[in-house]
Amino acid sequence: MSHALAALRKDALLQWRTRGRFVAVFVFGATALLLFSFAIGPNAGALRQHAAGFLWLALLLASTLALGDSVHGEMEHRALEGLVLLPASPVGLYYGKALANWAQLAVLGIALVPFMVVLYDAPLGRALALAGLILLGTAGLSAPGTLYAAMTVQVRGNQTLLPLLLFPLVVPVLLAAVNATSLIMTGDPMDQLRSWTLLLLCFDLIYASLCGLLFGRVVES
Amino acid sequence: MATAAAPLTVASAAAVAGLEVHEVSKRYGARWALVRVSFRLAGGEIAMLAGRNGSGKSTLLRVLATALRPDLGTARVAGLDVVADRDEVRRKVALLDHRSHVYDLLSALENLEVMARFLGDAALGRERLMAVLDEVGLADRAGDPVSEFSAGMRKRLALARVLLKTPEVALLDEPYGELDPPGFRLVDDVLDRLRRRGATVLMATHLVERGRERCDRALVLAGGSVEWDGAARHLAADAGLAG
Amino acid sequence: MATAALDGRPTSETNTPYLIAGAGVALLLVGSYWGLARAPRETYMGDVQRIMYVHVPTAWNAMLAFTFAFGCAVASLLRGGYRWDTRLEAAMEVGVVLSSLLCIQGAIWAKPTWGVWWDWDPRLTTTAVLVLAFSGIIALRSFVDDPARRAVWSAVAAIVAYVDVPIVYFSVKWWNSLHQMQSSPETVSGAFHWPLRINAFGILFLMWGLIALRARIAALRLERQLAPPEAAR
Repeated sequence: MSHALAALRKDALLQWRTRGRFVAVFVFGATALLLFSFAIGPNAGALRQHAAGFLWLALLLASTLALGDSVHGEMEHRALEGLVLLPASPVGLYYGKALANWAQLAVLGIALVPFMVVLYDAPLGRALALAGLILLGTAGLSAPGTLYAAMTVQVRGNQTLLPLLLFPLVVPVLLAAVNATSLIMTGDPMDQLRSWTLLLLCFDLIYASLCGLLFGRVVES
Repeated sequence: MATAAAPLTVASAAAVAGLEVHEVSKRYGARWALVRVSFRLAGGEIAMLAGRNGSGKSTLLRVLATALRPDLGTARVAGLDVVADRDEVRRKVALLDHRSHVYDLLSALENLEVMARFLGDAALGRERLMAVLDEVGLADRAGDPVSEFSAGMRKRLALARVLLKTPEVALLDEPYGELDPPGFRLVDDVLDRLRRRGATVLMATHLVERGRERCDRALVLAGGSVEWDGAARHLAADAGLAG
Repeated sequence: MATAALDGRPTSETNTPYLIAGAGVALLLVGSYWGLARAPRETYMGDVQRIMYVHVPTAWNAMLAFTFAFGCAVASLLRGGYRWDTRLEAAMEVGVVLSSLLCIQGAIWAKPTWGVWWDWDPRLTTTAVLVLAFSGIIALRSFVDDPARRAVWSAVAAIVAYVDVPIVYFSVKWWNSLHQMQSSPETVSGAFHWPLRINAFGILFLMWGLIALRARIAALRLERQLAPPEAAR
């Protein structure tokens, strides 16, 4: 759909213009990883065991910042409304932004992996599979996250509302991603990886469709 | 997709009713911003909308542009209902909102490029976009990010967006606001251009004198209702300021 | 003077919800007395098991409340107006109260049985997630001033949250089985069915009455807020 492509170009350009802020979000994620390791203490075994969990927690926390940034520019001068009135299809606008956010979160996740490996002495496992999993997991964050970001940015107190609404929703993503990441890093003797990746895929597909359908109601007055 | 170049002839414009507003009411929470607003504009008419701050001018323009839904009443723009035929109305209407609808992070040219891609008109290439920027006096700042623009320059960019869309109906909210004297002439120029094309224009403005000279009709809003509706030349000099 | 009407119909002020809720309380008293005091002790777990007479009906009705909320959300988006929004507001609040009670009951049962307050049972954990999700949506409502927008956005959020329920349940179930944790045997073997059924209907009627009353409060508030405009001068 041409509007989705136009939106994707627009959002990619906006992200490129704010790549400085992206670095800040990345530093936030790395700091979170460091703080989590302090919470465990210098216990190599425990650190290794929980590495996957903390990677995804750090990514989840950082995603609220990234998602919030992605819609901030839309509200300053009501630019998003300007597009909606052209008319631009809200579905296209959603997919453009969700795809751009997905890409950004995936890069963020992959960039945090070396940090995790070093701080937590985590085994890397199959790097390509890990990258693929990060793609699946971040899609699950971006799909509902983009919808809620667009909603909450229009409201005061939005910094609290976005995580408040998003976090309970993405519990399955967190569970699946953490477990799958652990399995990729430390081995999968009972072949459970497939179930987790299937769960992630289902979540991604369901929410990418549902949120696309509902986006129009969120951006229209 | 309407072609960018062909102007409407005077005859065909008059045949399409410009604006038909019937008992439109709009509330924000408990407060009614528009109360039973009714009026008609023929196609091709240029009308000014006067009234004090808070009288509902911006709300009325936004309702007609389909940015807001009326809570009561009906409105037809270019013969189409603003609720039932919302997307078709949007294709024919351009709104100049006081919030300018631009991206701070992008340059003036990039903002127009984004818009052009959504309009889907393949003829809107770079030369055309630069020509439009030149018309509004932003050609030499085309590559600068909008965040560096003054309010007046942002207003010029917003005018460029209206010109780019070549609308049948133009809804302008304080077009003269924030502009310098050359900018005033630019807006006069834009109005002339819209008139020549046979577009219907509803322009909210505090510049009563200037509006009287350039407009056919005048409407005065007070407290959300139409207080006065007639020929622009009959509008009192202090219209919209009393009460 | 504004006519008191929401979506063209005045809010009913009958006593029916009070009667329904009253019937619910009566049934609940009967069922609870029977289950907690009169039914025989369960052989293996003892008196602790009696909480099932309240826990299981609460679980059914909590899920029912949220399912009803989902239905209200869909109706609200499809039909517009405010009626279904008031029911959504009520159903979500009652659902959160019931689910919170459920989690508390689960903890009361788990401590003497397993020695821990929380045993990560999939159903209960899903309930906890639901409490947080719908509390968030209730919080969202308080941040949005415009009633029309509030109605649309809560409906959207409620649909998004409800669709997640089965996914959350399965993910927690798999996660639980992976780590070989004992799931709580929420069987009612050994329990008599009658006190259970009586309590189930008791909570159902009580919930029904409460949702109706809460929706009425929401409707009355909205009516007062959304008076039609005065006649044009």
